[in-house]
Amino acid sequence: MTGQEIVFTLLGVVAVGSAVLVVTTRQLVHAALWLVVSLGALAGGYLVLTAEFVAWVQVLIYVGAVVVLLLFGIMLTRAPIGRAADLDSGNRWAALAVALATAGVLVSVVVIGFRDASMPLRAGGGSADALGAAVFRTWVLPFEVLSVLLLAALVGAIVLSRSDVGGPKEKEPTKKRGER
Amino acid sequence: MHVAYPAVVAALLFSVGVYGVLARRNAILVLMSVELMLNAVNLNLVAFDVWWRDRLHGGQVLTLFTIVIAAAEVGLGLAIVLLVYRNRRMIDVDRLRTLSEDAAPAPEVGDGDAGGVRAAAAVRAGGKGAAT
Repeated sequence: MTGQEIVFTLLGVVAVGSAVLVVTTRQLVHAALWLVVSLGALAGGYLVLTAEFVAWVQVLIYVGAVVVLLLFGIMLTRAPIGRAADLDSGNRWAALAVALATAGVLVSVVVIGFRDASMPLRAGGGSADALGAAVFRTWVLPFEVLSVLLLAALVGAIVLSRSDVGGPKEKEPTKKRGER
Repeated sequence: MHVAYPAVVAALLFSVGVYGVLARRNAILVLMSVELMLNAVNLNLVAFDVWWRDRLHGGQVLTLFTIVIAAAEVGLGLAIVLLVYRNRRMIDVDRLRTLSEDAAPAPEVGDGDAGGVRAAAAVRAGGKGAAT
């Protein structure tokens, strides 16, 4: 094992372990915070793979924006802050079987398939210089299409979450929540 | 570096995401698990881009595009979750059974956004009838 492989293995253990905590923890806010750890460890993995621009975009967008958005969602749906007993569905054992089967198939396939493949890691392949040139030279049409898609998603999210589109907003009591 | 390391980590992350999507009831936790699966795919894209030394950097550029699409997806998904919460007062994906074939225990709701507040009123009234 080279040093790069040791560092990547440690980051991968952190990423997978915190991902397991994301899907098994009993507290919603802790799930979002473990997601930060998992995505941050994955950004470290990108750095080891010399994809430095992707790593910083991951930190900026995922850790900075997406997790904050998820935390806003948790707060706005008035989720219980402490432990919640009903976060797991009744079919969790079937889900566990499906996930273990998926993991077994995928891991055995990639281990058998890439047993003797190795890649030389040389710095500079994923710098902002190289990626910027690639985006604005080769991939500029998908880039522009993606900006239109982002605009459409923005407009759709605003229209969906505005409460004064269908009539005056009324103050809603919380009787239904009390019944649960 | 061996190619199998990032591939195995990505496979494990993907299966953890599969478990989360199938086993969680809260819609926001389902969205988090979808993010985990997207991240597994991103790791694969970056690893194979670095392996093949793509001169066009297709894998890493596609990773950037996937991150942007994931941001748009989570924005729209949270808007939908908030709308469901406003109408039903819960975001439990096990109990949102209006679209299922068998007789759903959930009451019928009106079509579209205009019926949202009235549907919530019908739910509060005991879930007897359809909001019209």
